[in-house]
Amino acid sequence: MSTNQPDRITGAQALIRALEMEDVDTIFGLPGGCILPAYDPLLESSIRHVLVRHEQGAGHMAEGYAHVTGRPGVAMVTSGPAATNLVTPLMDAFMDSIPMIGITGQVGTGAIGSDAFQECDTVGITRSCTKHNELVMSADDIPLAVRQAFHIATTGRPGPVLLDVPKDVLQNEMTWYWPTDEEVRASLPGYRPNTKGHPRMIKEAAQMILAAERPVLYVGGGMLKARAAEALRELAELTGINVVTTLMARGVFPDDHPLNLGMPGMHGTIAATTAMQRSDLLITLGARFDDRITGKVDGFAPDAKVIHVDIDPAEQGKVRRPDVPIVGDCRLVTVELIEAIRELLASGVAQADISEWKSRVSGWQEIFPLTYDAAEPGAALKPQFCLERLRDSSPEDTIVVSGVGQHQMWASLHWRFNHPYTWVNSGGLGTMGFSIPAAIGAKMGRPDATVWAVDGDGCFQMTAQELVTATVERIPIKVALLNNSYLGMVRQWQEMFYDERYSEVYLSTETPDYVKWAESMGCVAIRVESPEEVQPAIDMANSINDRTVVIEFRTDSDEKVFPMIPAGCTNDQVLVHPSQEEHRSQL
Amino acid sequence: MTAINPHGSSLNHGILSVLVQNRPGVLARVASLFARRGYNIFSLAVAPAEDDAQSRITIVVDLESAPLEQMVKQLFKLVDVVKISELDPRRSIERELLLATVRADPGQRSEIVELVKIFEAKILAVGADALTVSLEGHPDKLDDFEELLGSYAIVELQRTGRVALPKLDRASRLRAANPNQKGKVG
Repeated sequence: MSTNQPDRITGAQALIRALEMEDVDTIFGLPGGCILPAYDPLLESSIRHVLVRHEQGAGHMAEGYAHVTGRPGVAMVTSGPAATNLVTPLMDAFMDSIPMIGITGQVGTGAIGSDAFQECDTVGITRSCTKHNELVMSADDIPLAVRQAFHIATTGRPGPVLLDVPKDVLQNEMTWYWPTDEEVRASLPGYRPNTKGHPRMIKEAAQMILAAERPVLYVGGGMLKARAAEALRELAELTGINVVTTLMARGVFPDDHPLNLGMPGMHGTIAATTAMQRSDLLITLGARFDDRITGKVDGFAPDAKVIHVDIDPAEQGKVRRPDVPIVGDCRLVTVELIEAIRELLASGVAQADISEWKSRVSGWQEIFPLTYDAAEPGAALKPQFCLERLRDSSPEDTIVVSGVGQHQMWASLHWRFNHPYTWVNSGGLGTMGFSIPAAIGAKMGRPDATVWAVDGDGCFQMTAQELVTATVERIPIKVALLNNSYLGMVRQWQEMFYDERYSEVYLSTETPDYVKWAESMGCVAIRVESPEEVQPAIDMANSINDRTVVIEFRTDSDEKVFPMIPAGCTNDQVLVHPSQEEHRSQL
Repeated sequence: MTAINPHGSSLNHGILSVLVQNRPGVLARVASLFARRGYNIFSLAVAPAEDDAQSRITIVVDLESAPLEQMVKQLFKLVDVVKISELDPRRSIERELLLATVRADPGQRSEIVELVKIFEAKILAVGADALTVSLEGHPDKLDDFEELLGSYAIVELQRTGRVALPKLDRASRLRAANPNQKGKVG
């Protein structure tokens, strides 16, 4: 940008300048007819554009970027099919509250509604998968629309915002301006997220926390969004209360911390799930009582009172009626909870004795650790073994990005997350194929970090083409492909709940040849079939930092994820690993 | 948005008066939110509010499909929604308009005219064998009128869906209230 810009610029120039003003350093995108004007000023911009191979990849890259940086990821694509290809990442970001900006081209304002070439009703299609969307009808509106989009995406409960910009709006001239914060606020009279918790509710919550005999800190992804890891640690250590971290919250509290029970829910650790189930107080911080956490809602944590802290008022009482609802920013409220607890302690209120409860909890940890049967000599690799070796060979703050399925659960369970923003996955929507593009986005956001994509073979085949992007754009990631030749999680359900009637879950053992495929995309590729090959392959991958490396681990297709709570069951009906079945009565 | 009962009985309905930014697509946002979350709407009326930049949408909702509190909270997440008032039917003034064309042979005409008189409805047009009538009033009154009209041959009938405003309470009737008071009610 020259220092002496004329005031009159095109809408396209205004769009790119507005993104620069919002400190955007990366756009993930793919040009096409209607968005063409916006790609011209990109040539002079400080913004790095990453050219993807499929628009879905652009969206997931923007999400991965946002996950690890906390800053909104930006995806820019053209109209019609490009916009519809962006729908999955938008919905994914909406479900997981990821700040993301989608920019789509649109046919000229005069052609809207005429079924023009590559026209679709983008704002109509994306209405229910964005926090907000806008069809920008005048070049003059662009700066305000961009500022509003970033404001909405990043404040309150974060989420995706889409701007749909017709081609002539990009081509028309406008007089540049940059709205002030006040103008942005005034332009959104219906948008006033509440960040400060109600003091009376906070005090009440503090009293309940000190009085509880079987309390659990139930921590969700909202705590990561609120950047509340430090406050959480202080609260947990002040009260000595155990923490469970949901799939979306992994890393917000160190796995190595003695108070951490790990992930609760359908595939959660026995200690985490059972502690919630037997609890008398769930201190819910930025979590939303997802069905994968609660199991059958009627039977969930039947004796627990609930404190529910969430920035989204609509989460209060959506699934479970809270005894103490607190609407506010999770970090601010946690800090205030700590203060309120300290005040109560200083005034002579004593915390209830929770030592007996905690010894019960640690009993569950000891009796029901994560476990799996080691592979028989000559048999296929155990996926958990591969992940454990990978974990133990990786730097402390390695970022792990998973797809969706068994490998996702094993990664969440068997990795040790000790730093926030090192675990990236698709939790709410469960988007297969998320891993590779999201890992590329994460690497763009954190080029200093080692980024391992942990993927399954079903997922890999959905978005592997983005490894071409990684190679061409020089964004080296590492991919651990757990190949069991099946849609593993579906197979597990068919084995356990459909009498081993395997229907359409076998992919192929021979095709594709993942090594050749990865090599053709410019990656270094290694196939690992025996335990002795595991460590050397990982060491080799870790020694290569200028290219993407893919390790294909040939894993045991019979391996299942345990523990497991069958769908429709209560969390009391958890299926433990077969080797722990004899201890069931101690649950 | 599935209408189960076309007008909503007074027992299971709630009334939301939703002030929105008067922008393209705002009605679609509200409607698709109701569809997406499985909330049923009995009726919906929308028109510009006192401030031209805003519209007021009066929505009569089915409380059996979801708790009113959730509907309000989800609606309030829409960026274009400025204010939501939950109107308690007992403490609000509700009005609706009904238009109907009824077949009326000479023998029946006087009966229908009598019905119109009793309900203080109006005759808008008279044809050789039909009458067009209108009635404005409380939706319950319209229900009764519609039911009685039903004993004649109704050719066409259209109701507007209800609009509502909170009843003035005693205090505000007495004091000079600030009419521009903003903020979320209820």
